[in-house]
Amino acid sequence: MGRAFRWLLPHPNVTLLLAVVWIILQNEFSPGMFVFGLILGMIIPWATSIWWPNVPQGFRPIKMIGYMFLVLWDIIVANVEVAWIVLTVPNSRLKPAWIEVPLDLRQPEAITVLAGTITLTPGTVSSDISDDGRCLLVHVLHTDDPEAVRDEIKHRYERRVKEIFSW
Amino acid sequence: MTLEIIGIYAIAVCLLIGAAFAMVGVIGLIKFNDPMTRLHAPTKVGTMGIGMLLLASVLHSVVFGDGSMHELLIMAFLFVTAPISAHFLAKVSIHNRTTETPPPTSRDGTWSTLNSPDTTPGPDKPD
Repeated sequence: MGRAFRWLLPHPNVTLLLAVVWIILQNEFSPGMFVFGLILGMIIPWATSIWWPNVPQGFRPIKMIGYMFLVLWDIIVANVEVAWIVLTVPNSRLKPAWIEVPLDLRQPEAITVLAGTITLTPGTVSSDISDDGRCLLVHVLHTDDPEAVRDEIKHRYERRVKEIFSW
Repeated sequence: MTLEIIGIYAIAVCLLIGAAFAMVGVIGLIKFNDPMTRLHAPTKVGTMGIGMLLLASVLHSVVFGDGSMHELLIMAFLFVTAPISAHFLAKVSIHNRTTETPPPTSRDGTWSTLNSPDTTPGPDKPD
C-alpha cells in the first residue's frame, strides 16, 4: 500500500501545490477545475519523478506559511531601511561586508530556502556556498557590526527553517 | 460608491509606493560603484516595488468587478526565481574578481566559486 502510494504520488506536496496553481490560473473555482488540477498534479510529478528521486523529509507546510508571513514583514521593514541607506549614505561612507554564516542545516532544500530568504530581504545577498556546503557567504550592503547580522540570520531565519524541515 | 472612491485612493497609494521603491532601486543601481553593492538595488525593486504594483492591480480588479488572483502567481514565481539570478550574478562577480574577494572560510576548504583552476589569484590573470 505504502509503495503503491509512493509510486502514484512521489511528491504529495507538489501535487497539492500544482492543483492550487491551476485553480489560480483559471481564476475561478469549480469542482471540475479542482479535479482537473489534481489530475495534472498527479501526472506532472509522476512523469518527471526520475529527475528528482529524493523527497524532502519531514516538510511542514503549516510552519512554512507562518514563516512566509514573517519574511514578508521583514522584507517591508528592510526595504525602508535600505531605501534610506541608498538615498542618504554616500559611497565613501558605505561599509559593505562579506559575512560567513555557518550552517546547521544539512538538507539541500532547507539551505535553498534559507539562501532565498536572505536574498529576498534587501540589504543582504547570499553569494556563495562553501565546498562541502557547511557555510554560506552573504554580502551585506551597509553594516557596522557584521557579527550582529550573522547572529540575526542564524536566530531569526535558520532556527525557523530548521523547524520547517525537521523530521 | 464610497467603496469605489476608497478603492481608487488605495490603488493610487499602492502605485505611488511601488513606483517610489522602483525609483530608489534605479538610483541605487546608478550610484553604487561596486558590482556587489549594486546587486542590492534590484532585490529591492523585485520585492517591494513589484509587490506594491501587483497589489494595486489586485485591488483594481477587486474593486471594479472581476476579482483576479493571477498577481499572486506572478509574485510567487518572482520570489522563487529572483534569488537565483541574484546568486548567479554574485557568483560571476566573485569568479571574475570584479569585486573584493571574500575572506576564506573557517570551516571548509574554500568557497565553491573560488575552487576552480582558472580563478587562481595573482597578477598573471589572463584578461
